[in-house]
Amino acid sequence: MSLNESASAIFSESPGKIALRTLARDKRSWISLSILGTIILLALFAPLYAHIIAKTDPFASTLNATITLHGKTISVLEPSTTGLGLGVTPIGPTWNIHKYFLGADGQGRDVMARLLYGSRNTLFIGTSAGLITIILSLLIGLIAGYRRGWVDAVLSRILDVIWAFPVYLLAISLSVVLLTSGLKIGFLHFGPGSMALPITIIGVVYIPYVARPIRGQVLAMREREFVRAAVGTGAKHSTIVFREILPNVMPAVLVFIPIMIALSMLTESALSFLSIGVQPPSASWGTIINDGLALLYTRPIVALAPGLMIVLTAAALNLYGDAVRDALDPKTRARGD
Amino acid sequence: MSNPILSIRNLSKNYILGGAFTKSSKDVVHAVEKVNLEIMEGETLGIVGESGCGKSTLGRMIVRLEEPTGGEIIFEDLDLAKESHRALRTHRKRFQMIFQDPYASLNPRRQIGKIVEEPLRVHGVAKQERKRVAQDLLRRVGLDANAYEKYPHEFSGGQRQRVVIARALALNPRLVVADEPVSALDVSIQAQVLNLFKDLQKEFNLTYVFIAHDLGVVRHVSDRIAVMYLGKIVELADANDLYEHPMHPYTKALLSANPRMDDSDTRERIILKGDIPNPINRPSGCVFNPRCPKAQEICKTESPQLINIGKRQVSCHFPE
Repeated sequence: MSLNESASAIFSESPGKIALRTLARDKRSWISLSILGTIILLALFAPLYAHIIAKTDPFASTLNATITLHGKTISVLEPSTTGLGLGVTPIGPTWNIHKYFLGADGQGRDVMARLLYGSRNTLFIGTSAGLITIILSLLIGLIAGYRRGWVDAVLSRILDVIWAFPVYLLAISLSVVLLTSGLKIGFLHFGPGSMALPITIIGVVYIPYVARPIRGQVLAMREREFVRAAVGTGAKHSTIVFREILPNVMPAVLVFIPIMIALSMLTESALSFLSIGVQPPSASWGTIINDGLALLYTRPIVALAPGLMIVLTAAALNLYGDAVRDALDPKTRARGD
Repeated sequence: MSNPILSIRNLSKNYILGGAFTKSSKDVVHAVEKVNLEIMEGETLGIVGESGCGKSTLGRMIVRLEEPTGGEIIFEDLDLAKESHRALRTHRKRFQMIFQDPYASLNPRRQIGKIVEEPLRVHGVAKQERKRVAQDLLRRVGLDANAYEKYPHEFSGGQRQRVVIARALALNPRLVVADEPVSALDVSIQAQVLNLFKDLQKEFNLTYVFIAHDLGVVRHVSDRIAVMYLGKIVELADANDLYEHPMHPYTKALLSANPRMDDSDTRERIILKGDIPNPINRPSGCVFNPRCPKAQEICKTESPQLINIGKRQVSCHFPE
């Protein structure tokens, strides 16, 4: 009901079209989409940058490499001159896109190239895990909310068990265990170090947070009179669920998508930072921050650059989520939150 | 108006309160208790009563949107109370329900035309035929032809209720249970919708069970009226007889609360003591006895049966 009353249209427009039109008029959606679009484009062009522009291999250590800058030849890794003189100081940002634009990391690898490749992994894992969470939660929410009774009781208790653990603790424990052993679910076999592992783990740990509210919505919808009317016409369960209930639950689901992708991305970065997500030599924003940890005093850019990317992406996704929510329910904006 | 199309025998609905482990036979709400009713073909039976008297529960049980806990609902050749939901599906086209809230009874995400067509789709009517029937019905309930492509949010309450009526008639039912179909509408719209009900009854040869709490509304449409109190029918009579000469003290009180617009109103106002008793703790004897102005000793101990007096039925030890 909520979204229909406030939007008055001269021409017949479905509630979905009205929401789309509101979204298209919302500045926040354009700002966030252009930020996200840029980041995705950069990630897609990672090989182009690495192989053609910078001509570097982002996954191989180059401890003895040298570059020529302003006519001088400098080695990429200089022995440290401070403290005990142990370790190395990699080259800082040159701001030249052909040579170590953002400098090098502790193993002499191009940070910019790694950042772009890392974006691919982080975005891919975050999006896949977020979508897995949404799809499974929708399924569980629909079944539990529609069937009610013991089916609901069993599903809800299982969700409670997952919910009982703090998300990060559960994700970390699962990752530590599965990282070495791999995971076998039926015909699916994810070897140790596979990207499917963090995707599955992150996808699962967030299910209760999405499935619960969806279940609640389904329960509420089930009591609405148009659902009773459908029962009264002799409609089958599948007809009632997919034609009457699902379309009315979709707005809530749509709002969850950008938020869950952002959360999954953050979790992926956290796991990778702890070395239990994406495995070397592959990169993700989390692993690059980890690489930069040792260089925090000499070359802070190594940790800052991926940190900034995470913040930017998460903020853009949340902004977009807000815009979607307001487009689907104009009353929230009027309330000002 | 001769054969009963629907016979209700000893129909009951009890709700047992409490959770899975705390249910006890003590906390039982008797929403509807052993109701007997016959509804004749082509008539309109009005059911009135205060909120909580079980009239909506009764209506929903008739179309099996609520499970009865006892009794029979004989509709034509079927006992609706016994059939499984799966078996009932194909029969549902013969009896339809119209709901109270026209804002909640239309799926906000579907076009009006699709909403009216949906029952036909469920029963396997071909697409072209569905569209033809839906457009025809929308016209007959007084909506524009272009309503077909619109969405519920573009309509007012009265127009929405017309859509709900069109949907209920799509399957060409014999019996329509209308649960307070006009109480959510503006008074000015109520009369229009009530007249639509009457017109459609003639046109489609419908039998109505018309549930309401507004006595004026019920009188306008009903041939016979059943008055319910605390899950029981206390009086059942022809509409005019009931209004001119109520026999049960509760009916009298109910009618005296209905304002009249002329000076000839010399009736005494009967103001009932107290509230409707808690349906968990029903009074012993006649359920109306704690509030009845004429209650005697026998009313506190013995429950009166619904007895025939002339053409009507009254459940009172001292009918007038």
